[in-house]
Amino acid sequence: MLSNTGNFLLFINIFLSSLIIYNSYKCLKTKNNIIFKNIYQISLMQSTLVLICFFTLIAAFVVSDFSLITVYQNSHSLKPLFYKISGTWGNHEGSLLLWVIILTIFSFLFLILNKNHSKNYRLYTLIIQNLLILGFLFFIILNSNPFSSINPIPKEGLGLNPILQDPALAIHPPLLYIGFVGSSIYFSAAMASMISNYSGRLFAQSIKSWVLISWTFQTLGILVGSIWAYYELGWGGFWFWDPVENASLLPWFAMTALLHSLLVLEKRNTLYFWTIILCLLTFILSVTGTFLVRSGILNSVHTFANDPSRGIYILIFLSLMIFASIYFLFSKYRPTNDYINSNSKETFVLINNWFMMFYLITVLLGTLYPIFTDAISNNKISVGPPFYNSVIIPVVIAFLFFMAIGPQAKWIRNKFSNLKSILLILSGAIFINFAIVYFFKSYSLISNLILISSLFLIISSIFDIFKNNRLGLPRIISHLSFGFLILFIGLSHNFSVEKDFNLKLGEVKKIDDYEFALLDLKLSQETNYRAVVGKLEVNNSNTMKRRTLYPEIRIYDNPQTLTYEASIQTNFLGDHYLTMSNIDRSEYYNIKFQHKPLMIWIWVSVILLSFGGFLSLFKNAKNN
Amino acid sequence: MQKIIKSIIVLLFIFVLLVFYNSLYRETNYSTDYLVGNKLAKINLKSFDDNKIYTSEDFKKSRYTLINFWASWCAPCRVEHPYLMQLSKEKNLRILGVNFKDKKINASKFLNELGNPYYYMAKDTKGKQSVNFGIFGIPESILINNDTIVLKKFIGPLNEQNLNDIKKIINSL
Repeated sequence: MLSNTGNFLLFINIFLSSLIIYNSYKCLKTKNNIIFKNIYQISLMQSTLVLICFFTLIAAFVVSDFSLITVYQNSHSLKPLFYKISGTWGNHEGSLLLWVIILTIFSFLFLILNKNHSKNYRLYTLIIQNLLILGFLFFIILNSNPFSSINPIPKEGLGLNPILQDPALAIHPPLLYIGFVGSSIYFSAAMASMISNYSGRLFAQSIKSWVLISWTFQTLGILVGSIWAYYELGWGGFWFWDPVENASLLPWFAMTALLHSLLVLEKRNTLYFWTIILCLLTFILSVTGTFLVRSGILNSVHTFANDPSRGIYILIFLSLMIFASIYFLFSKYRPTNDYINSNSKETFVLINNWFMMFYLITVLLGTLYPIFTDAISNNKISVGPPFYNSVIIPVVIAFLFFMAIGPQAKWIRNKFSNLKSILLILSGAIFINFAIVYFFKSYSLISNLILISSLFLIISSIFDIFKNNRLGLPRIISHLSFGFLILFIGLSHNFSVEKDFNLKLGEVKKIDDYEFALLDLKLSQETNYRAVVGKLEVNNSNTMKRRTLYPEIRIYDNPQTLTYEASIQTNFLGDHYLTMSNIDRSEYYNIKFQHKPLMIWIWVSVILLSFGGFLSLFKNAKNN
Repeated sequence: MQKIIKSIIVLLFIFVLLVFYNSLYRETNYSTDYLVGNKLAKINLKSFDDNKIYTSEDFKKSRYTLINFWASWCAPCRVEHPYLMQLSKEKNLRILGVNFKDKKINASKFLNELGNPYYYMAKDTKGKQSVNFGIFGIPESILINNDTIVLKKFIGPLNEQNLNDIKKIINSL
C-alpha cells in the first residue's frame, strides 16, 4: 500500500516537473513581464506532493513496513521511534528523496521570493532547476527507489548501523543537504543569468540570500558531523581529513569564496564571470562529493554500499552538468575591463578568494590523488592528516591576518590610516600569546604564530564592534568566531593530554599526574542493545580533582555489532574523554583517556560562525 | 591563446571524468585480484615453537596448503575455527597457521581449548610478514598449491560456502 502510494507520487512529480518546464517555456515566448499563474500553482503542488511522498516513506519506517526493501534493510521493529524516523534519510534511497525535496522547495521559494527580478531570468532558473529535479527523480525510480517492495514480506528488519544511531547524526544529513543541495538553486540561477543576460548587481542580489542559507546550513552540517565523530567514533578527534569529510568541505570553500565575491559584484558591479564560475563550481563540487560517497570508490564510515550502477548514473549527471556549464560559460564569456585598485576592499575580497581556492585545490588534490594513482598506476596510496596539516596550517596564519585587515579597507581606494592601531593590536596578540606560554607551557613556533594570528583577528574584530556601525555586525561575528575557532583548536591541540593503558577490575594505575582505578563493571539492558558499563575513577594529583567516568561497551543485536561509547565529562575548561575496550580472552580492558581543553568552545565558535550567516540572511531579507 | 586554454580545461574535465569512470569498477576495499593466480613472492616465516624458518620449499611437500592468519584476541577467528578443524582432516591439504600479533601463551590457550587444526605453525608477532601476503586484517586465509601459486583468498572468517569451495578445489584432479 505505502509502496504504491510512494511510487504513484514519484510519477506524479515527474509529470509536474515536466509540466513546469513546458509551461515555463511557453511563458518565455510571451511578451509581457508576467509569469503564468499556473506555474506558481504547479510548483506549489509539486513541493506539497514531494513532501507527502517523503512523509509516506517516514510512515513506512515508523510502522516498520518491511514490505519496502529500504525499510527492511535499514530498520528494525525494536528500534526507538526517533531512530526509525532518522533512518529514513540514513540510507542511500531515502536520502535521495531528501535531495529532491530540497531541490523542489528551493525551486518554489526562489520563484515566489524573487518577484522583482526579470521574468526570463526566473523562468530559465525554474527550467534548469526542474531539469535537475527530473534527473534525480529518474535516478530514484530507475536505480534507487525507496518504495521498491519485497515479496515475501520479511518478518523483521536488518536494523540500522548502531554508529548511525545518534542524535547528532539524525540531523547531520538534513543540515548538510540544505547546504549543498541548496547550492543547486544558484547553479540554476547562474546558468539562467548567462542565458538571459541578466547579469551584474541584480543577479548578485537575487542569489545572495540563497548563498547565505546554503553556507550557514553547510557550516552547521559540518559541525554536527564533527560532533558526531567526536562523541560516537571514540577516537577523541573531531576532524580526520577523511575523504568523505573533505567532500563536504570542498563546496564549503567554494561557497565562502562566493559569499565574498558577491559583495564585490553587488557593490562594484565587477567580477561577474568569476562569481558565475563559483556558483557553478559549488554545485558541481556538491555532486562530485555525492558521486564519491555513493559510488563506493572511497572508503569511509559514510560510504553507502558499493554499487557501480549508482555511480554511473551520478557520473553521467555530473558530466552533463559540467559540460553544460562549460558550454554556456565559454559561449557567453566576454573579457571585461574590471579595474581593481590593489589597495582596496575589492583586493582583500579577492585575496580571500585566492585563499579559498588554495584550500579547495589542496583538499581536492588530497582527496582525489589516491583515486588517480590507483587508476593510472595501480598504486594504492593514502593521503592523510600530515599532508593537510603541513600544507594548510602555515597558510592559515597569513589568511587570519588578511581576514583581520581586509574588512577595515575601503572600497575603490584605501588608505592605511590605521597602521598604528594594527601594530597596537599585533603587540597585544603577541603579548597574550607569550603570557600563555609563560603561565602554562611552551609550544612550537608554528603554534605560536597560529595563536598570535588568531588573537590578532579576535582583537581586531572586537575593536570593530565598538567602532563599526551595526551594519557590519554579521560579518564581525563570523570573523570573530572564526578567530576563536582557530584559537581554541590551537590551544586544545597544544594542551591536550593523552594516556593509553590496560587496566583490570579493582586495579589502580598511576601515570604522571593521573591515577586511574577501575572500580566496577555492570551489565545493563536497553531497548536495542546490551552494555557493559565501567566505572572508572580518575584522580588528578595536580588539581586534586576526582572524576568518575562511565564508558560503555555496547552489544547491538540488529545488526550484530560491538561499539565503544566514550564517557565524556564536559565543562567550560575542557573535556575528560575516556573509552574502554575489551581485550579478548583477557581480564584487562584497554583504556584510552584524554583531557582535551576548551572543546566546548570549538563547537560554540562554529555555532557563532553560522549565527553570523543567519544574521546576514535576516539583514539581507530586511533590505530587500 | 584563449582557444588553447579552453581546450585544456575541457580535456582536464574529460580526464577527471574518465578516471572516475575507471575507478567505479575497481575494488577499493581489499583488492585480492592481483594475488590470485600469482606466485607468492618470498615466504619467510618463523616457526611458532622453535627457530625453524618456513620457506616455499616446505609447501612443495603437500599438494595444497591453506595459510590461515589468526590470533587469540580475534573473535571471528573463533567462529571460523570449527571449519579449520574440519579441513585439517583433508588428505590433500595442510594448514599453515600464522599467529598474528599475539602472545604465545594466549595463542596456546586458544588452541588447547578449541583444538589445533594446523600442520605447520608460524608466528608474525609484529604483523610485518603478513603484509607480504596482502593481509589487511584477520582472519584471512590463502589457498596455495605446491608451486606456491595463490588459488583463492578468503577475507574474514571462513564459512560453510568457503569450506565447500576449498574442498572442491583440493579434491579435483
